[in-house]
Amino acid sequence: MAIKRRASSVLALSITTALLVAGCGGGGESEAPSENELFKNPVTLTWWHNASQDGPGKTYWEKVAKDFNTLHPTVTIEIEGIETNQLQRTRLPAALLSSDPPDIFQSWGGGEIREQVEADYLKDITDQVKDEVANIGGAAGIWQVDGKQYGLPYRMGIEGIWYNKEMFAKAGIAAPPTTFDELNEAVTKLKAINVIPIAVGAGDKWPAAHWWYNFALRACSVDTLKKASLELNFDDQCFVKAGQDLKTFIDTKPFQPNFIATPGQNDPTSANGLLANGKAAMELMGDWNKGTLDTVAADKEALSKFLGWFPVPAIAGSPGDPKAALGGGDGFACAKNAPPECVEFLKYIVSPEVQKGYAETGTGLPVAKGAEAGVADPALKSILEATTEATYVQLWLDTAFGSTVGNAMNDAIVAIFAGNGTPEKVVEAMKAAARK
Amino acid sequence: MTSTNPTLDLAGGATAPPAGRRPARRSSYRAAETRRKWYEIIGLTTPAVIVYVMFVLVPIGFAFYYSLFRWRGVGPPTDYVGFDNYVLAFQDPIFLDALRNNAIIVFGSLLIQGPIALGVALLLNRNFRGRTLFRLLAFVPYVLAEVTVGIMWKLLLSDAGTLNALMQAVGLGGLVQAWLADLDIVIWTLLFVLTWKYVGFAIILLLAGLSNVPQELNEAAAIDGASWWQTQRHITLPLLGPTIRIWMFLSMIGSLQVFDIIWVTSVPAVRSLGASATMATYMVDNGFFARLWGYGNAVAVILFVISFVAALIFQRFLLRRDIQGAVTGRAK
Repeated sequence: MAIKRRASSVLALSITTALLVAGCGGGGESEAPSENELFKNPVTLTWWHNASQDGPGKTYWEKVAKDFNTLHPTVTIEIEGIETNQLQRTRLPAALLSSDPPDIFQSWGGGEIREQVEADYLKDITDQVKDEVANIGGAAGIWQVDGKQYGLPYRMGIEGIWYNKEMFAKAGIAAPPTTFDELNEAVTKLKAINVIPIAVGAGDKWPAAHWWYNFALRACSVDTLKKASLELNFDDQCFVKAGQDLKTFIDTKPFQPNFIATPGQNDPTSANGLLANGKAAMELMGDWNKGTLDTVAADKEALSKFLGWFPVPAIAGSPGDPKAALGGGDGFACAKNAPPECVEFLKYIVSPEVQKGYAETGTGLPVAKGAEAGVADPALKSILEATTEATYVQLWLDTAFGSTVGNAMNDAIVAIFAGNGTPEKVVEAMKAAARK
Repeated sequence: MTSTNPTLDLAGGATAPPAGRRPARRSSYRAAETRRKWYEIIGLTTPAVIVYVMFVLVPIGFAFYYSLFRWRGVGPPTDYVGFDNYVLAFQDPIFLDALRNNAIIVFGSLLIQGPIALGVALLLNRNFRGRTLFRLLAFVPYVLAEVTVGIMWKLLLSDAGTLNALMQAVGLGGLVQAWLADLDIVIWTLLFVLTWKYVGFAIILLLAGLSNVPQELNEAAAIDGASWWQTQRHITLPLLGPTIRIWMFLSMIGSLQVFDIIWVTSVPAVRSLGASATMATYMVDNGFFARLWGYGNAVAVILFVISFVAALIFQRFLLRRDIQGAVTGRAK
């Protein structure tokens, strides 16, 4: 599998090179139009994003499209907001297979964008977005394949532990834990005051799998993780170690009972609901959690008073970088044959001004420098700080490894949670899926 | 002419002897008549045939074609693997769990819904005050949308849900279960929800069947001194046979393909562990969520073949008398 993949990327690379050479020979008829060709003819851009539900996110994108149209009257933007799963699993793959994909669409980076590039679906925007990439920094790397830029993020954040400050005070926990030993102590103290120490939405699989990802981040060196993402090579023992550490942690019973059927978010019985309504003290979740907690909280004011955030604790003596963090984001990419205005619109979306407005909606953390002022919430501010301080941000492993390996990995991790999986089986499942 | 069987007429028309042997007028009349009938048949069936071919036969053909590839839905399928995807499916313990769950739902539905529906239908067929109201109530769950039913039961059956709270309130706290989280219980919980949802359909079907039982037979039996039970056992039930068999057929096919209630009521983790997966949910989980499009198509084809074979066997052995003439031809 790995060999095949490499072979096809070599092939893709040589084809690209050939095209470039041919382009130069053709005498200036390069793909990028000159400045004066842009915005000359009327074009319509179709835009698929995942803010499908009515709310600040959806409204904001409508405003962005309208503002862009005011700036450049030749460009009309047709928006379609589609629920994430539907968009990512069915609508987008099917549209990309057809001859008429949307021009600009949601892109999650990692293994998926690699596959899309190999299938020649996406526009190479490396040369046009150099300034934007410089302003965004490391996060833009997730939308790169073999050093070329194919998309840009508009939201990015690392995950950490959201917690109830009042419960911590009541249980006598002086400061948020910085190591796993301290976290274990905190769990014991929280049990003593009869609350659920940690809520986990294992029912949705990924919230449980993220615990394993964090153990892998601590057990594996950054190089091993990078190699795993690129070559789908999981031979390193650290991946087994991650499962062993997880098993040890689960055995301390830090989670709510019957967590295997608890959903992650969206309803009061979910892990989100347990934290938001004062039944659980902690939850491991990404930067979007503020918004999802709000929707299930019975008393929003109480929530914003007790809610805090701290980074995932380090494990003493582990080879992983203690300042590394897991994170992920959302971005947009342009289809291969989209008009050049698509790239201009993409650049507009990630411009500091538009990013600041995005941050003000409170639906996620911005990526562009100069947009920080839009972040008001103290918990979000601490995530923004931690994201800046992180030495290395590893993309969510299921996104980094692609859907096939990611899904098999999550299933096998959930089996550990359910008590009928083993650390070895997780790695076996990942290897088997890489061959599928 | 008027009583001529249309089928025979058509056949005669198709092999009509050359004109000249018969009086010309009669022959051309017959030919025109035949043509008219053909136009009628083509005109009336074409829309249905087109829809059937486009949305049933062609997709089945495509599904089979795609199932022969290792394909993740990115770019056209190129990696031909023959029947490997089928082998993989039958080697996956989770798929085998899904098959077992489908079997539980097929037989569980027949064995539980059948007797309940029959009993209720016989009761509701008697005359008593509020009969219409009870008929309506029995049918309500079937009218509700699957997703509504799924979410409703998901909330009722959750750990802190109404059912457990009720049980505790009446002193049955010892019997409280993690209805949707216990991997050994969840499929039975789902069978219960499915029964609750679909038993109304069986009842309404059987009530329709009962209304076709001639009242004279019951009266004759009554004159002969048969009790109510005897009447049901020896007159109603045998006459209800065709309805019961049709219901069994529909229930079986529906159980093999069940998707929505399972998808909504049972969380992804429990499905992926095999405890509550069915062939259809397994297909979607693997085809779309693991992005194994070739493999997902193979599972779809397996589901189709199993349903198709089950339908054929059922028709051959149980529905034979009921559909005689419709499928098996009239010359018997």
